[in-house]
Amino acid sequence: MKGVRTTTRRSRPVPLTQAEIRLRVNGIQVTRTVEVRRTLADFLREDLGLTGTHLGCEHGVCGACTVLLDGQAVRSCLLFAVQADGSEITTVEALGTPEALSPLQQAFMEHHALQCGFCTSGFLMSAHALLRDHPNPSDDEIREVLGGHLCRCTGYRAIFEAVRAAAARPRHRA
Amino acid sequence: MGTRWFGEPVRRNEDPRLLTGRGTYVDDIQPPGLLHAAVLRSPHAHARIRRIETGRAAAMPGVALVLTHADLPPTLQAPLPKLIPHPTLVHHKTQYALAPGKVRHVGEPVAFVVATSRYLAEDAAEAIEVDYDPLPAVADLEAAAAPGSPLVHEDMSTNVCAEYTQRVGDPDAAFARAPHVFRERFCMDRGTAASIETRGVVAIWDPRTRHLLVYDSTQAPIPIRNGLARLFDLPQHHVRVVAPDVGGGFGPKIMMFYPEEILVPLAAMRLGHPVKWIEDRRENFVATNQEREQIHDAEIAVDEEGRILAVRTRFLYDSGAYIPYGIIVPIVASTQLVGPYKIPNYECTFKAVFTNKVIVSPYRGAGRPTGCFVMERLIERVARELGLDRVEVRRRNLIQPDEFPYDTGLIFQDNAPLIYDSGNYPAVLERALEMIGYRDWPARQAAARREGRLMGLGIALYVEGTGIGPYEGCRITVEPSGRVVAATSVGTQGQGHQTAFAQIIADALGVGVRDVVVTTGDSGAFGWGTGTFASRAAVVAGNAVGLAAQAVRQKTLTVAARLLEARPDDLELADGKVFVRGSPSRAVSLGDVAAAANPLRGTIPPEWEGPGLEASRYFAPPRGTYAAGCHAAILEIDPGTAAVRIHRYVVVHDCGKIINPLILDGQIQGGVAQGIGGAFYEKLVYDAEGQLLTQTFMDYLLPTIAEVPPVEIGHLETPSPLNPLGIKGAGEAGVIPVAALFASAIDDALGTRITEMPLSHSRLLDLLARSPAAATAEAPGVAAVGDGP
Repeated sequence: MKGVRTTTRRSRPVPLTQAEIRLRVNGIQVTRTVEVRRTLADFLREDLGLTGTHLGCEHGVCGACTVLLDGQAVRSCLLFAVQADGSEITTVEALGTPEALSPLQQAFMEHHALQCGFCTSGFLMSAHALLRDHPNPSDDEIREVLGGHLCRCTGYRAIFEAVRAAAARPRHRA
Repeated sequence: MGTRWFGEPVRRNEDPRLLTGRGTYVDDIQPPGLLHAAVLRSPHAHARIRRIETGRAAAMPGVALVLTHADLPPTLQAPLPKLIPHPTLVHHKTQYALAPGKVRHVGEPVAFVVATSRYLAEDAAEAIEVDYDPLPAVADLEAAAAPGSPLVHEDMSTNVCAEYTQRVGDPDAAFARAPHVFRERFCMDRGTAASIETRGVVAIWDPRTRHLLVYDSTQAPIPIRNGLARLFDLPQHHVRVVAPDVGGGFGPKIMMFYPEEILVPLAAMRLGHPVKWIEDRRENFVATNQEREQIHDAEIAVDEEGRILAVRTRFLYDSGAYIPYGIIVPIVASTQLVGPYKIPNYECTFKAVFTNKVIVSPYRGAGRPTGCFVMERLIERVARELGLDRVEVRRRNLIQPDEFPYDTGLIFQDNAPLIYDSGNYPAVLERALEMIGYRDWPARQAAARREGRLMGLGIALYVEGTGIGPYEGCRITVEPSGRVVAATSVGTQGQGHQTAFAQIIADALGVGVRDVVVTTGDSGAFGWGTGTFASRAAVVAGNAVGLAAQAVRQKTLTVAARLLEARPDDLELADGKVFVRGSPSRAVSLGDVAAAANPLRGTIPPEWEGPGLEASRYFAPPRGTYAAGCHAAILEIDPGTAAVRIHRYVVVHDCGKIINPLILDGQIQGGVAQGIGGAFYEKLVYDAEGQLLTQTFMDYLLPTIAEVPPVEIGHLETPSPLNPLGIKGAGEAGVIPVAALFASAIDDALGTRITEMPLSHSRLLDLLARSPAAATAEAPGVAAVGDGP
């Protein structure tokens, strides 16, 4: 975090309010100066325009804002942007496109695993990380991961079946 | 017209966008120069505001505007509109845009701040000094209805704002003569819809053309447009309200108006900058409407065989601090209570009561879950008291298939007679019993009991009034590209309208579902309509879509007949083409017909009734259409911990003709999940001073995948005679009987008599402790505690 080094020579240090961060987001190098209190979610959504990451509760329960930080599923509402300095962030925008859905996204569509779609990005990111690390997860492993996310529309069954179907595909890239 | 698409499990048109993060929810609208708003809310349930000091906040960095009640124009200082008046609602108190010297619930908006970021707006809101003079608050429903209670509205002598009775037959005489009368008090507590997307508004004002564009996560964009035009004195066509992708609605996202729906446009017009307000989750708990709180004193009169002679309920309905939505919820509760049963004498009386709590308006089910709970509980009470099988009591009282249309004698929420249009309730019940295996249940339960396991089977029936008027509309246009575009008046919050409506259109015009682009919830695309609520979008808008599609089909045949030198009767539509039946080479593409229907020169014949392949149609049903169903479940209660495990959950549902079973099953599974939350986990807890103690998802528990079992769904299709497509609504079917069902199952497992919902885990422990069944069962679960391997 570059800003940290710009300490002042006054007797009392002035609280740092801004900092420059460098990180890779969906494979692209980004350098920005941000308020230190800015959440990673707001940074992604407002500063970078990556609005596929959604905010459902802003206290780390619902999981809608889940992104990958150096490959690990994290809640971007509970992190400050400065905490992502030097890291690699992956958001839902990197998984697939409307014309070329990822196998996981395709499975979600086939199983009707989304209704309003607001929580969906978070489910996708966590399931993506699961299938990357455990290509053949057990049902309990799937439930364990999906249990960290809230959906108010689907009643979860279709999401579970979509993830299971994606795992069963021979060459899933998740 | 073929039915290649109607009835098929078509994958949704909206999914590729939503799955790839390309949806457009209100918070995704980020126009240049956007300013952000925050709302300062009352921390008190009841208080006078002596003074508000905004000077320090207004001077803070980035702050563009601070509004209090005194800063509003006179039209916006008045109480906001009365949404649905009723003759018995004598004190129709509505909320304010900003509190005028007094607050009546925690969360009521007191000041509104606009700044260059949400962070700065919240900083400034914190710097506003409000001097409150707290007043005695009343949070308890019964206390609020009692004489001597603190008054929520000081100009009333009571907190009761409406009292309404409906009576069928002669209930007094029937109760007086009846051989058996059973009475019970039933309570259902408050919950919240908790859509994962909270509410939000973005307003963009163009001072030169005086056009106002509002993005609003509402279920009713067109009424919002109409209301804003009136409040701001703008021509209606200068106001466009768009409900873009909406992240779940479930009822509370229809209000007209939430204060922010007025304050955000007002701020945008004052500042000449776009303004956004997004509700945070904590605000959602105190600023978005809630529902379900009712206390019923009910009684049932039956003969020796358990045939119902009369039912009566007198109940209190908690409206919260204001009642903008009127008495829709208690009307629905009291009229849908009768369910699928023949009740010759019925009386329902309710009092709507103000309390110092968040405003109440319909949440998925809208009173039906409470009504169903009361009726189904009464039926099971009868069975128990008379020593009859609880299914047999239901069978003896069901309306029979040859009795439709069946007039309940009641007036429904649409002010139309509550007449069941069609159905087959015995078939629904028997199918559910077969699926759950009711016949050999006693033996299975007894076997489990011998192993010390507490198993219960629950059952609950319901009727759901759907598809009420007044009307919805649709305009369909075939473009020269061959693409079909449709605009409907309803908004969508995940119900798949862009697919279901496309299926109806695709069949009529012989195109693919993916060739039909449906716009929902944009008053600029279609300007007449009411909204998505009461399980009505598929029925009312869907039939408008069907009528418009048939009109475009006729126009297409008329124009193509001229191009192909054939008679319209000899033409067919398929694969995006019009062709002469029997000679497919004599064909013209739909796009070419559209181009020919809109020539640059020449003439168009009078029978075309204007240019283009386009039609607008409305559908206005005379009254609602009534779906029905039965839920059945088997659960097990741990004799040591009272943990509930749901082994099976069965739904048999009849909503008439099914447009898309994939979408329908999703609605049911999702509804059941919400019902499970409402039965066991979701309870808004207010303390005596009206403070909401459950303001986070750590305190107010939504069910996760761990709590929701897969639902086994069976369908019957009894078409509705009230609309051309024969369909009925299905949006609330999943949630209505769930509380009644689990009460039934737990009673069966424990031998208890449940009269309240939701059941917290500690309440379940209480029930277990007092359970005669648990006392007699051997309980290896208890013995096992601490006995590690």
